[in-house]
Amino acid sequence: MIANYGYKDGSGEYYISIDTDKCISCTAGRACLTTCPKGMFESMVDDYDDEVVCVKTAFRRTLAYDCADCKPSTGRVDLPCVAACTPQAIKHSW
Amino acid sequence: MSVQVTNPSDGEVKPEFWRWQENCWCDETRDWRDAKVITVGIDVGSVSSQCVIVADGELYAYNSMRTGNNSPDSASNAFKGVELKTGLTLNDVHMVVGTGYGRVNVPFSHKAITEIACHARGANYMGGNAVRTILDMGGQDCKAIHCDEKGKVTNFLMNDKCAAGTGRGMEVISDLMQIPIAEIGARSFDVEEEPDAVSSICVVFAKSEALGLLKAGWSKNKVVAAYCQAMAERVVSLLERIGVEEGFFITGGIAKNPGVVKRIEKLLGIQAVSTKIDSQIAGALGAALFAQTLVQKQGPCKPMALAA
Repeated sequence: MIANYGYKDGSGEYYISIDTDKCISCTAGRACLTTCPKGMFESMVDDYDDEVVCVKTAFRRTLAYDCADCKPSTGRVDLPCVAACTPQAIKHSW
Repeated sequence: MSVQVTNPSDGEVKPEFWRWQENCWCDETRDWRDAKVITVGIDVGSVSSQCVIVADGELYAYNSMRTGNNSPDSASNAFKGVELKTGLTLNDVHMVVGTGYGRVNVPFSHKAITEIACHARGANYMGGNAVRTILDMGGQDCKAIHCDEKGKVTNFLMNDKCAAGTGRGMEVISDLMQIPIAEIGARSFDVEEEPDAVSSICVVFAKSEALGLLKAGWSKNKVVAAYCQAMAERVVSLLERIGVEEGFFITGGIAKNPGVVKRIEKLLGIQAVSTKIDSQIAGALGAALFAQTLVQKQGPCKPMALAA
């Protein structure tokens, strides 16, 4: 399942997508939970009883601002969450 | 027709154009006493609450009403509606699953499941197993869901940051235009030419834009047509993000508004699957069907008390 967390507003579309099929069998030891500087990810049991990672509710409507520190306009490197997720389950839409 | 509401402080009777019809239904051809497994799904949404009874895996009864000022009472009142209609009590029920915005506050539920999974399951029942893309236009959010042939979610996206593209947005426009909400769809087609959409980004902007258009001489029908178009454009952009496949199904109150539905179909170039079942009960129906599966796997649960 692809779970998209985020929103669309007047300034653009801001979604973090998590491929839960890749997330269930995480080979990175859930590194995203500790790598994100703002601690935006958490572990949860989904509706189909699989343990997966999701974006915390408190951050789902403010992603454009919360992720801004990791997305400088120049000299951008790999995002910490995307780099830490070796199964490549995490994607950003912007 | 609009609903007339009396103000308790001064006794003045005022029409409330945004009020939609609450309803309670029961399958009179069957008796729940003949069923081996009876399950209940309760969907406490931000605007409406539903209770659905499923008997042996088939829809038996439902009650759809406006959500009150707290989730436990709304859940209890939704159940009491079907209790009154069918004579069924919580002691006769094998499992209750709660869903929706207030799912964790349903006092008599045994499990809470998100409305995303429940709408997919409900749409799979209502529209058949060919349904792949579901659009749930709820009271205060909008969800685009992709599911497989069993109704299991494979991709979803939810927008609950603003009221654009939601039922509440339509209620605001209904009140502003003083057009009963059930008539908006039909009246939006009563225009000489299709207008451009108003703002699809924000209901507050759309409302002020609509007022400006009225002052500029637009007819009310033309303004609601512009709003329906805006709503359609808004949700289509969400749907395109998850990818639209044939087997398109719309749930939620807005599915009853042909002004929005026809415009979405036109933008997508596909027809929505039709159903005779009330589109607003999809979430609660899905919850009851999940409960049915859980009873088959784990056995029945002990009944819980209804809130006082």
